[in-house]
Amino acid sequence: MTAVTDEVLSFDEAMEKYDPVLGFEVHVELNTRTKMFSSAPNAFGDVPNTNVTPVDLGLPGVLPVVNGVAVESAIKIGLALNCRIAEKCYFARKNYFYPDTPKNFQTSQFEDPIAYDGSIDIELADGTVFTVEIERAHMEEDAGKLTHMGGATGRIQGAEFSLVDYNRAGVPLIEIVTKPIVGAGSRAPELAKAYVAAIREIVKNLGVSDARMERGNVRCDANVSLKPKGQEKFGTRTETKNVNSLRAVEHAVRYEIQRHAAVLDSGTPIQQETRHWHEDTRSTTSGRPKSDADDYRYFPEPDLVPVVTNDAWIEKLRAELPEPPAERRKRLQADWGYSDAEFRDVVNAGVMSSIEDTVAAGVSAAVARKWWMGEISRRAKLADVEPAELGVTPELIVELNALIESGKINDKLSRDVLDGVLAGEGTPAEVVEKRGLAVVSDDGPLLEAIDGALAAQPDVADKIRGGKVQAVGAIVGGVMKATRGQADAGRVRELILQRLGVEG
Amino acid sequence: MTELIHLSADALSQKLAAKEVSAVEATQAYLDRIDAVDGAINAFLHVNTDEALLVAAGVDKARTDGDTLHPLAGVPIAVKDLIVTKGQPTTAGSRILEGWQSPYDATVVRKLRAARMPILGKTNLDEFAMGSSTEHSAYGPTRNPWDLDRIPGGSGGGSAAAVAAFEAPLALGTDTGGSIRQPGAVTGTVGVKPTYGGVSRYGAIAMASSLDQIGPVSRTVLDSALLHEVIGGHDPHDSTSLTDPVGALVEAARLGQVEGMRIGVIKELQGEGYQAGVLTRFHESLDLLRSAGAEIVEVSCPNFRYALSAYYLIMPSEASSNLAKYDGVRFGLRVVPEGTPTIERVMGATRAAGFGDEVKRRIILGTYALSAGYYDAYYGSAQKVRTLIQRDFAAAFEQADVLISPTAPTTAFKLGEKLDDPLAMYLNDVATIPANMAGVPGLSLPGGLADEDGLPVGIQLLAPARKDARLYRVGAVLESLLEATWGGPLLAQAPEITGGK
Repeated sequence: MTAVTDEVLSFDEAMEKYDPVLGFEVHVELNTRTKMFSSAPNAFGDVPNTNVTPVDLGLPGVLPVVNGVAVESAIKIGLALNCRIAEKCYFARKNYFYPDTPKNFQTSQFEDPIAYDGSIDIELADGTVFTVEIERAHMEEDAGKLTHMGGATGRIQGAEFSLVDYNRAGVPLIEIVTKPIVGAGSRAPELAKAYVAAIREIVKNLGVSDARMERGNVRCDANVSLKPKGQEKFGTRTETKNVNSLRAVEHAVRYEIQRHAAVLDSGTPIQQETRHWHEDTRSTTSGRPKSDADDYRYFPEPDLVPVVTNDAWIEKLRAELPEPPAERRKRLQADWGYSDAEFRDVVNAGVMSSIEDTVAAGVSAAVARKWWMGEISRRAKLADVEPAELGVTPELIVELNALIESGKINDKLSRDVLDGVLAGEGTPAEVVEKRGLAVVSDDGPLLEAIDGALAAQPDVADKIRGGKVQAVGAIVGGVMKATRGQADAGRVRELILQRLGVEG
Repeated sequence: MTELIHLSADALSQKLAAKEVSAVEATQAYLDRIDAVDGAINAFLHVNTDEALLVAAGVDKARTDGDTLHPLAGVPIAVKDLIVTKGQPTTAGSRILEGWQSPYDATVVRKLRAARMPILGKTNLDEFAMGSSTEHSAYGPTRNPWDLDRIPGGSGGGSAAAVAAFEAPLALGTDTGGSIRQPGAVTGTVGVKPTYGGVSRYGAIAMASSLDQIGPVSRTVLDSALLHEVIGGHDPHDSTSLTDPVGALVEAARLGQVEGMRIGVIKELQGEGYQAGVLTRFHESLDLLRSAGAEIVEVSCPNFRYALSAYYLIMPSEASSNLAKYDGVRFGLRVVPEGTPTIERVMGATRAAGFGDEVKRRIILGTYALSAGYYDAYYGSAQKVRTLIQRDFAAAFEQADVLISPTAPTTAFKLGEKLDDPLAMYLNDVATIPANMAGVPGLSLPGGLADEDGLPVGIQLLAPARKDARLYRVGAVLESLLEATWGGPLLAQAPEITGGK
């Protein structure tokens, strides 16, 4: 699109004059089997308007019923964010007309969210820790998905018609709202990215969300305002909607800081509004004006009874919480003895859990890292998938490693064995058998190959006889070629030297 | 066949069980009656002839085969057109749903089908149940069988008139502020609003979710108890439905007992605004109950005077939100205006054309009451009044086992009489609204005819939440005492309906 690009100030200059204040609303789609208020499947990517019941379409006469698993997920998220959990909380109706909202109101929570007053520590790459205060985490339902057809922009304005898919309508959402984040200074864009990454990691670790940002499982609205250095009062904020990748969060916050600074420098007040993020131009454009007086006519949802919690229930859920991601990382690095750089690479490659499982299955941390950071990562990159999605199980790695350690196969052959296993040819041992991949350990065929190689390169043979032992590599290479790699290179070397009567 | 349609549901069910009459005969008799008189009454918006006869035939076959059947199997019933039914249109009395068919059955309808009760059709109502006269139906008013120039009450005038005109032995209604009881009162029939949550609301098109309740309409107290037991009970589709068992309502109605019971007369629900003939019949009922051994006490519910005002904030607030879904996008009427049809303009034009004046009035009232800056003063205050009314009830039930009042301050008024005066219309529900505000059950039964106009008067009984059985216990006694004075059912005195074809 041809967005009109606003004036921006350089980031450094903006930082000299202004302090940014951030605030985030992160929507997390839960991975419950069914929707928030109906028995329709909560599934991504199905044929439009198939995962719907009369409730999801808002047909006359329908009533919502709260998904108990979603409530438990909300409580778990609240606990993981160190929130207080409400003893009793209500759903509320947020009334507004929009065709992606079947009832023309969203069932949400208003005055009393299920979780409130929390905080999490966010660690930046250099180890700096920021504490982000959480105002609330509340339960609500997702809207349907609109696709605007025929317009230039893909937005509703100018579209000829719009298609609506209600499969997503009613998918359980937890909206996590921060308190204003002050004091991040020039680290604000980095903190923004790290905060959303942390939320994503927490909900994924809890197992309550698939946490795939590209599918909209985690969506971020980023609020930015600037105040002149030294001023207490917050400036007017803008809310950049649906910034849906970690990189985009960082860029959007940076851009808005620069744009605000330019606007404020020109003496113009900031317009309180929503902004749209454009990945292509890495800039935002004006959405709709938003004011605190937006009137959603909230009132308590009369079709639902309040959600009442109790200590026993909350403590049971707390006991079920997995180890927090940051603590887990510290523990694993210490257990595995990886250097900081090695561990960071493992985390960035997204194979930490896979290594953990593989170590648990019975190989050393070094071997597990060699596989996951080496061959498996290489294949994942080629296939453009996550390493964990290749179908390589910890047990498979253990078996491959055992075959290598026993000398049955070598590293090179192990890759062929992996090919065979992934192609469905059976267990590693079966693949070795079927493909005839075992290292040739019988000296007979090896000696035959060695004699062939020596005869093919008499000059090299002479050099070796003359004491140039390092030249043996060329003969080994010939043997390996002749045996299609199925020889143990060490044994081949020994045999060549024996054959030529030279000491190794 | 005339005798057949005059039987109570209970009597009909016994004849069916004894194979003295077949379900097809009974159903056909009612269909014939509808054919004969509904042109004059306009109780039905849809007559479900084929399916009703099919269900009846199935019951007859099952009975011949010796299958175990529900006592009401083969007893026909009419359903208020606010309750969704597969295979029949559901309009809510509104143009905006004209021609719409639900793909699912309301829970109560599923229960009727499980009991194998033939559904005769869908009955008329004020649009989205908003009204006290059935004049706000988009499909024309229903007329009162006692006087065709008068209203049958509302919103459930269709169900009440159908039962009063012997077009159905039983019907389902919904009661948000009196829509079952007030029509019962002005047509000389029995209507019950169960305890809030006692009957699933799933499939009842919502007006005000926290007030709506489905309930039985019948010609006798026992018949209402029979139907109440069919439709009552917990429903996982309705979060507000109670988990309690329905209770022995039929037994309570069959035994009937008032001796030693304390019956509280609500001081605030009589006197000014109440028609003289209504009060005369009311006091006669009190005398009868006293003579049967009940202790009549007076109770005061001082906050009831705010009930109507609070109701007209809470009900429209919830309705404004509940009716937002009617926008032409997914179902029902869609009006595409001239010019560029943006979504806002299509929604606006659809709602402008599809909703009637009373519905628009309440949507506007409710939208206003929920608006930022007004919420606390209106919706917030109204909710506080609601709490006060609940406290009044709690205090009153300390002194009395059941409460009693006239159901409506007047007998049936003339068609058109109050159409231009919404406040006067609203006042007709002054005695029924408190029960909805507190969630307590209420029953209206015929108390005789007012001397000045010869029209039916309703007596309302109220019980604490979950004590619906008390209504049937006391109602059955009062009914039999009154019928003894009349020498038979009140409806036997209703005039012949003419000009129905």
